[in-house]
Amino acid sequence: MTDLPTTTDRKLGLVIDLDTCVGCHACVISCKGWNTENYGAPLSDQDPYGADPSGTFLNRVHSFEVQPAPCSAQPSPTAQLVHFPKSCLHCEDAPCVTVCPTGASYKRVEDGIVLVNESDCIGCGLCAWSCPYGARELDLAEGVMKKCTLCVDRIYNENLPEEDRVPSCVRTCPAGARHFGDLGDPTSDVSKLVAERGGMDLMPEQGTRPVNKYLPPRPKDQLGDIDVLAPLLAPVAEEPKGFLGWLDKALDALPGNSSGGSN
Amino acid sequence: MHPAPSVIVFTTLSGLGFGLLFFLGLGMPGATGGVAFVFFALAYALAVGGLLASTFHLGHPERAWKAFTQWRSSWLSREGCAAVAALLIMGLYAIGRIFYAADWQFLGGIGAMLSLTTVFTTSMIYAQLKTIPRWNMALVPVKFLTFALAGGALLAGQETLATWLLLIAGAVALAYWQRGDRAFATAGSDIGSATGLGDRGAVRAFEPPHTGSNYLLREFVHVVGRKHSLKLRVIGVSLAFVLPLLFLLLPVSGLALKHTLAGLAVVSHIAGVFCCRWLFFAEAEHVVGLYYGKR
Repeated sequence: MTDLPTTTDRKLGLVIDLDTCVGCHACVISCKGWNTENYGAPLSDQDPYGADPSGTFLNRVHSFEVQPAPCSAQPSPTAQLVHFPKSCLHCEDAPCVTVCPTGASYKRVEDGIVLVNESDCIGCGLCAWSCPYGARELDLAEGVMKKCTLCVDRIYNENLPEEDRVPSCVRTCPAGARHFGDLGDPTSDVSKLVAERGGMDLMPEQGTRPVNKYLPPRPKDQLGDIDVLAPLLAPVAEEPKGFLGWLDKALDALPGNSSGGSN
Repeated sequence: MHPAPSVIVFTTLSGLGFGLLFFLGLGMPGATGGVAFVFFALAYALAVGGLLASTFHLGHPERAWKAFTQWRSSWLSREGCAAVAALLIMGLYAIGRIFYAADWQFLGGIGAMLSLTTVFTTSMIYAQLKTIPRWNMALVPVKFLTFALAGGALLAGQETLATWLLLIAGAVALAYWQRGDRAFATAGSDIGSATGLGDRGAVRAFEPPHTGSNYLLREFVHVVGRKHSLKLRVIGVSLAFVLPLLFLLLPVSGLALKHTLAGLAVVSHIAGVFCCRWLFFAEAEHVVGLYYGKR
């Protein structure tokens, strides 16, 4: 049924650390690898080795540049590069669920995961239209909507070793930038992480109440006089002596202006 | 948004068809027999043709019947239900008109209301989407309804009503563009809120997730043709409203000439509505474009 549950027993989701993500795209590849051969229809590619390749992905990594405004403390601040993985946020007020005309899209009461029943999906695409985050992609080969399942076929899978019972992207991330857990439980590790690091929602003005949270990048270190060795490394020769001193004077004596400082 | 031909044909033709059915249900014109048959055949051809066109963009049209199940939450489902109900009731009413020269007013009234409801539900499929600020406003249902009523009155040969309704629909079209051009900015989503990084500085899309295109870019980040949107607006409004009004208001004598002009008015109106509907999709900006630095 396409009505949203008023509450869910748990709120399983991801916490993505924008401070730690190095933008390696390993999560993109492992997501595609796992999900193309497990739950639901495969994730097809069109023209994969041709001139105009494209394909269905459930997780994509953008990169953004943030240029802070100059201020008195930092007259010319350096820009920061932020790698930004994006997949379904498993919203509490998921607009993709209520727009579905067939009931194929649903949010699970037991854990809050938003899923598509592919045998009911007519491929109208309206759920993708309603998603602000671009989390849903219509598979061109299968004609059904694909989206992140939070690896529902891994997290409860008792055939897998316990450490593998997390979404594929989380298991793969070499930087530890992706965390999985119950965001409805304030005592869970992910909830504590969100509280500690000021986890945020994407496009809160859309009113979707995403479950997934993003941890903002920490401020960059500033290079000031913090190095205890700095005084020892300062140049000691104030005025050039010897051959360099003679050369400096000789060049100064030549006509024309010298640019480049006092010595 | 990608202006898919199937959806443009669907909304244009079914809007006209249900607009015509609305007037037929109210007994305007009160034709019977063969003339009534022609009117109803035209209305059904437009309405059903439009609905069939809408199934062409589905990934699995054979499952389209499942779309009747979720009327409690989904506007798309409600539209399907309302369309079928309107077509069934108006079918019964048409039988009375064509074969029994009867005016079953109660049935016609219900059918007329259901026809308008269908147009309203179509418009709400678009107006409900917060992700597309240009559509997410009350003017969108008003636009769809006034367009359908103006076209319906024109097709039903209701000259006086059509004149007024064309004027109103034309004004609504202009108001829609006036408000719509500011909608994205006033909706409050920008690359800063999309990434959550806006309070740290100016955010710029540095590198997209992939070098090629994808479903999201093809479907939601359509920019081709937008540079001509002003010209197309002028063409659309001229064809849909200005020319038909001229054809209707020209003081001519002679039934044949009058009918020819009315026919021209209808053709011009339909071409204009197609143009406006193409713009409705092509001009709509989806917030997901923010992640690609395309807004």
